[in-house]
Amino acid sequence: MKKQLLRMRVNGRDVEVYVRPDARLIDVLRDLGYLSVKEGCGTGECGACTVIMDGKTVLSCITFALQANGKEIITVEGLAKNGKLHPVQEAFIEKGAVQCGYCIPGFIMSTVYLLNENPNPTHEDILDALEGNLCRCTGYVKIIEAVKEAASRLKKEA
Amino acid sequence: MSKVIVKEKERVLNVVGHPVNRVDALAKVTGTAKFTADYYVPNMLYAVVKHADIPHGYIKKIDTSEAEKVEGVVKIATGKDIPGVKKVGFPIPDEEVIVQEKVRYIGDVVAIVAAETLEAARKAAEKIKVEYDPLPVVLDPEEAMKEDAPKIHDSGNIITHFKIRKGDVEKGFKEADYVIEREYRTQFIEHSYLEPVAALAIPVGDMIEIYGTVQNPHNARRITSLTLGIPMHKVRVIQPALGGSFGGKDDTANFVAARAALMAKLTGRPVKMVYTREQDMRESYKRHPYIMRYKVGFTKDGRITAMEIKVITNAGAYSSSSPLVLYRSTVQCTGTYEVPNIKGDFYTVYTNTVFSGAMRGFGAPQINFAVESLMDEIAEILGMDPVEIRLKNAYKEGSVTPTGQVLKGHVVSIRDIIKKLAEIADWKKKREEYSKDKGDVRRGIGISCAFRGVSLGAEGADYAGAIVEVFEDGHISITSGISEMGQGAKTVMSQTAAEVLGVPIEYVTFVGPDTSFSPDSGPTVASRGTLMGCGAVKVAAEVVKERMAKYAAKLFNTTYENIVFENGYVYSKKNPENKISFPELAKKCYLDRVNLSAVGWFLAPEIHWDPETGEGEPYFTYTYYADIAEVEVNVKTGDVKVKKVYAMHDPGKVVNPKTAKGQVYGGVAMGIGYALKEEYKIDGKGYPITLNFDKYQIVRAHEMPDVEVYFLENPDPSGPFGAKSLGEPAFDTVAPAITNAIAHATGVRVRSLPATKDKILKLLKEKEERR
Repeated sequence: MKKQLLRMRVNGRDVEVYVRPDARLIDVLRDLGYLSVKEGCGTGECGACTVIMDGKTVLSCITFALQANGKEIITVEGLAKNGKLHPVQEAFIEKGAVQCGYCIPGFIMSTVYLLNENPNPTHEDILDALEGNLCRCTGYVKIIEAVKEAASRLKKEA
Repeated sequence: MSKVIVKEKERVLNVVGHPVNRVDALAKVTGTAKFTADYYVPNMLYAVVKHADIPHGYIKKIDTSEAEKVEGVVKIATGKDIPGVKKVGFPIPDEEVIVQEKVRYIGDVVAIVAAETLEAARKAAEKIKVEYDPLPVVLDPEEAMKEDAPKIHDSGNIITHFKIRKGDVEKGFKEADYVIEREYRTQFIEHSYLEPVAALAIPVGDMIEIYGTVQNPHNARRITSLTLGIPMHKVRVIQPALGGSFGGKDDTANFVAARAALMAKLTGRPVKMVYTREQDMRESYKRHPYIMRYKVGFTKDGRITAMEIKVITNAGAYSSSSPLVLYRSTVQCTGTYEVPNIKGDFYTVYTNTVFSGAMRGFGAPQINFAVESLMDEIAEILGMDPVEIRLKNAYKEGSVTPTGQVLKGHVVSIRDIIKKLAEIADWKKKREEYSKDKGDVRRGIGISCAFRGVSLGAEGADYAGAIVEVFEDGHISITSGISEMGQGAKTVMSQTAAEVLGVPIEYVTFVGPDTSFSPDSGPTVASRGTLMGCGAVKVAAEVVKERMAKYAAKLFNTTYENIVFENGYVYSKKNPENKISFPELAKKCYLDRVNLSAVGWFLAPEIHWDPETGEGEPYFTYTYYADIAEVEVNVKTGDVKVKKVYAMHDPGKVVNPKTAKGQVYGGVAMGIGYALKEEYKIDGKGYPITLNFDKYQIVRAHEMPDVEVYFLENPDPSGPFGAKSLGEPAFDTVAPAITNAIAHATGVRVRSLPATKDKILKLLKEKEERR
């Protein structure tokens, strides 16, 4: 299979890389060093590989890398600005939402997307937004609290 | 909502007992926490396993010729390439890192490929051809117990038979007004840690360094050392961030580490092996399915007079920790109730299914499901309230357990817990009110409670070590063989060091575990991490503190007993104004050559248990807990919604309320999955059906009920700051509280987990037909 040129912007940085047409976005991102992008199932069931592509969440384990051509990708590595954590990251620490942490980058990206789209989510909105992310450690309770906390922190900042 | 109920006035603690943030959270929210699969080194090969094609048979021939031709293949190894010990495993060495003669389940590994790329390794693994002499397959443990069943191992299919003989059951049944017999069953459960197993092995001279997804790095070291035939100091296992375990990253994860190490040794290059979810679910061990038969005698007023128990557990293809899991089931066979006459026989049996092993709960959840269902069935027969029947039989101080152990030396808090939790949940009122529901959606409320032997007990040597080192700038590094897998071990151990040395937790960093410098602390299992790990850190920190106090005493012209360490400062009680900062004191100590590094060693109290008679003291102390669950069941569709869970635990002392609550929420989620939906399925021929999260469904966010967590603290004399166990209790009693609530809502009782809607509907239909 002949490699093709992929041009994308990852966390504000322009990237040009030759990839096979069957390469998955998750593998290309990880090869580029974005190791926050985790593989839990490889079939789009668990959400650990969630990234934001052109403003929407995608599951990078079931997205071809070439689908990202000309697009802007954001991973957890791209959230902190000028050495300051994103309010979603702060809220996840403060609320004790993190246990083993393997699923957490995916939850954080789903939360960032939710709060971009809907700064005042209801409890139901939050459950819907997290529906595609699996966690075995936390029972989701503190993750949901963290999403609420992040929403209020973002509002204060705005 | 949650609350810590403090019973007695305790000494003021500044760090322990406070809801501090996790010490590893920053790395985990920024994506800088490195998990095993995140390690890449130059010149690294990728390795992929070839699993067995059939569940039972002799290997006639392994043909690797086609696989060798795949471009990029560097080495293909089979069992013959293992230079060291072929059979490993604890307590019975019946497991093989690569199977040589015979496959016993579909997850056995018959060969490993190492190649320049992952793609080449996968392609080559598919091209390995294995010829077998197939053998008859046995999947049902009761079939496997029969004389003429196909033998899975030469030793026979019954691995272990434990007994309990207490009192005289015949006499007990004669004293009873009622005698009933019930059978309960539970299913295979997949741990479902989100991070699949992986390892990276790097050859360094005659050493092998391993980064692995291992719950117990020292076990991985042992298995690798045995497999490679090299001494332990030549194997260094480093545990990176671990993406969940729940008991599941022991045997299998150790084998993956040993396989990567073997390939590294054979090729002289670093070798990385990362399992796919499907490979992981196919090979890794599960929670044991149980068959539990209880014959119970009880009086009109609800007193249990005798129990005759037969339990059969499916160990699958290898024994792993099956005898130890069975041990816990045996000694806790009557739940948290005092039964004067018991005859119990407990068997664990080989079959050709995936093997079973350690999983959060470790033989207790199955027993709790049986006993807690049984208590409700007895209550129903007698027209008693489920809370009342529990209080009638529950342990109190001085009660005698099935093994003849007298409960003493700690607060036997189960009655207190049941009463308090029932009151909080408004049990009586809801029980009556929900009973009146007549529509399609009916409410129910159920209770379940238990006790649990703390730590390993007589299962194994119970020790832990830790090193505490204060640096010249007054900041502190600690390590222990007790490992972090998400539960918060690093955080509570850091809190312990900070508490003892009187500094903020930010002064402390936990490093490791790394088997080359973290003391072997036994495995991080059995809800012993906090008890043993904090215990060892406390001992080490106290040694360093005493040395620093003696030095400070000279500075302050007093004796060291007068020296106080508090909030980052050190002063004499005699003259608190005259103080020195902790970092300044550390600096002075170094300049004066004072040793600020110490090893702490913590031992659990000694105990003894006789497996022949079933008598003795299997655990040195116990923990107590209960759950109350509220459900809504749609009697037309069989759908169950868990609406509310109240959990109360007596962990002795809550070291960190924030992480402790997190444990309980996670346990509740896992318990809901166990109760209602999770089941690792194997078809009639031994092939697995549920190999990824599409078919093996764990609980999602919208399925979580409102959860209220309560901690009732009764500091235990054996633990640091009075702490004992929480991790497994958080899960242990959730499922039966839910199934009891379903029975309350519907009038039908599901006696085999999971309580799926199909099972509920079938029972409702049968009930309808009986009318």
